[in-house]
Amino acid sequence: MSEHLQILLKDIKEPDLHTLEGYEKRGGYQTIRKVLQMDPLKVIEEVKASGLRGRGGAGFPTGLKWSFVPRDTGKPVYLLMNSDESEPGTFKDRVLLEKNPHLCIEGMLIAAWALQSNWSCNYIRGEYAYPYERFNNAVKEAYEKGYLGDGVFGSSFKHDMVTHRGAGAYICGEETGLIESLEGKKGQPRLKPPYPAVVGVYGCPTVVNNTETLATLPWIMQHGGSEYAAIGTEKSTGTKLFSASGHINKPGVYEVELGYPILDFIKNECGGILDGKELKCIIPGGSSVPVLKADELEGVNLDYESIQAAGSMLGSGGFIVMDETTDMVEVALNLAHFYAHESCGQCTPCREGGHWIEKIFKRIAFGQGTERDMDLIKDLCKQIGGHTICPFGDALITPALSCMKKYPDEFKIKIERALNGNPVKATDLHYTF
Amino acid sequence: MGLSQEADRKIEEIKAKYPNARSAIMPALYMAQEELGHLTGDAIAWVADKVGVSPAHVMEVATFYTMYYKHPVGKYHFQVCRTLSCAIRGAKELTKHLHQKFGILPHEVSGDGMWSYEEVECLGSCGTAPMCEINDVYFENLTPEKLEEIIKELEATQPDIRYSTLKDAIGAGMKNTRSEVI
Ligand SMILES: Cc1cc2nc3c(=O)[nH]c(=O)nc-3n(C[C@H](O)[C@H](O)[C@H](O)COP(=O)(O)O)c2cc1C
Ligand code: FES
Repeated sequence: MSEHLQILLKDIKEPDLHTLEGYEKRGGYQTIRKVLQMDPLKVIEEVKASGLRGRGGAGFPTGLKWSFVPRDTGKPVYLLMNSDESEPGTFKDRVLLEKNPHLCIEGMLIAAWALQSNWSCNYIRGEYAYPYERFNNAVKEAYEKGYLGDGVFGSSFKHDMVTHRGAGAYICGEETGLIESLEGKKGQPRLKPPYPAVVGVYGCPTVVNNTETLATLPWIMQHGGSEYAAIGTEKSTGTKLFSASGHINKPGVYEVELGYPILDFIKNECGGILDGKELKCIIPGGSSVPVLKADELEGVNLDYESIQAAGSMLGSGGFIVMDETTDMVEVALNLAHFYAHESCGQCTPCREGGHWIEKIFKRIAFGQGTERDMDLIKDLCKQIGGHTICPFGDALITPALSCMKKYPDEFKIKIERALNGNPVKATDLHYTF
Repeated sequence: MGLSQEADRKIEEIKAKYPNARSAIMPALYMAQEELGHLTGDAIAWVADKVGVSPAHVMEVATFYTMYYKHPVGKYHFQVCRTLSCAIRGAKELTKHLHQKFGILPHEVSGDGMWSYEEVECLGSCGTAPMCEINDVYFENLTPEKLEEIIKELEATQPDIRYSTLKDAIGAGMKNTRSEVI
């Protein structure tokens, strides 16, 4: 058992936790009853006081986002749970949906009350059929009990909840891509402003929050915002789920207080590097954030500020660990392929540039690189970054640039071998089928 | 040519759940795919008719998302994750195994209609890498040997491991399917 405070993963291994009975047996659905007696604006104040920041990647303060929702438009307010979870290296929301769906529902109800929203939807990525089934069954149970529908928990508050299944597009995790998709269209992001809080689903004010963000609300409302704010660091409050994968002995989802040292996390939670090898580098927050080399990790902690000061980002908490044998040209190629494949195709720099970058990394990896290839990629990245409707373009160039910047020699060696007539053969590639 | 009466009933139920019936396009496409195997012209026409949009709009949606099949796939369609965490834990060996075993390339269907496979992007199962989704079920912590056992079992028992939008449930499945995350 973890010695860290477990807000989200408490009881997670109990086999009946996903049922309404199993959840209530452990104190579930008590907080929402209390919250329904509160002034909705007080709920927002409490969440603001907690310092909770969005767990979907951007880390935007949750209470502040809610306060942007206009309350006098005469239009309904919609609440969307973002369970698209497609950022490579991230698999934490899946655990919540599969093992504790009622916690997610209770969190959604708290947010719905705060926003006075009568309709919410959980958008779950299409491949998560099992988490979808679990969550959908939990919604059915909640309806049967009168916890959803007309007059939730015997109050006069009406709330309907829908489970929506995506169909395999990473970009639908971006909040406006998600909204477009939910409206029955291609998931192509919208220009902002207007922000979804003002113009969201079908033109109505809409709040989009990550699964983990909303699942944290029951604890905050039970214990109070200030108690949550006392955990973690000053600006990164509370606990966070980290999805640990790669060359480690104990991959999995771990909940730790923000501010926990990265090296301790690798040693204690991740169980150290596989087969006793040396650590080469990590990606701390999902594939869209810069790589950090082993020698850059001393004194760096798992919180927003510390990781940023070290030159990367906390992102979604997708923590990918690579050992000394990892080939960084292939890592760059692998991720370039991901972004080229997942571009929604709307903005030319991203749609075209993504494929070019992949093509150039491919020729370097396959022993056909030329002298100017690295500069060419840098130039392409310059033309993509900041020139797209959504942040996908910036996400695309981040791993490309950071792999080349941190490990330039690995690229240069392959290029030189190609120039000297001793190229890497396709059969030497480790990760590409 | 349409879908079953059951589908006609279910789509009305789904439409009523949303602020606007257009949101039912995606579930409608899933239902059409479930009954027809892949998205034929009839499937597109059915969705357009039920949701009240043009077939061109439905086609645009269907072609944007990878989980809608525009061409036939095998009775068991394997999706091997090829993204970073799986790649560095041996995903390539899984794809290689399928290639050799079935003697086909990605997106082709075996002669008996049983098998097809493709490489896909991160499936949110990186902690149990390498992994493969078969129809709608995850198979995690795989090796080529484990994959071979799974193929044998699929061949022998031919279980239903698809997610059914009509029934709101994954098929009864195989005795060994379970989530291994955490
Ligand atoms: C390309 C891209 C992909 C994203 N994918 C996800 C995702 O899978 N899940 C998620 O919660 N947020 C994702 N986001 C962030 C959302 O746009 C949004 O900020 C988030 O859902 C807000 O919730 P939060 O404030 O609770 O984090 C993504 C953003 C971008 C730019
Ligand atoms: S990288 Fe394969 S499941 Fe995430």
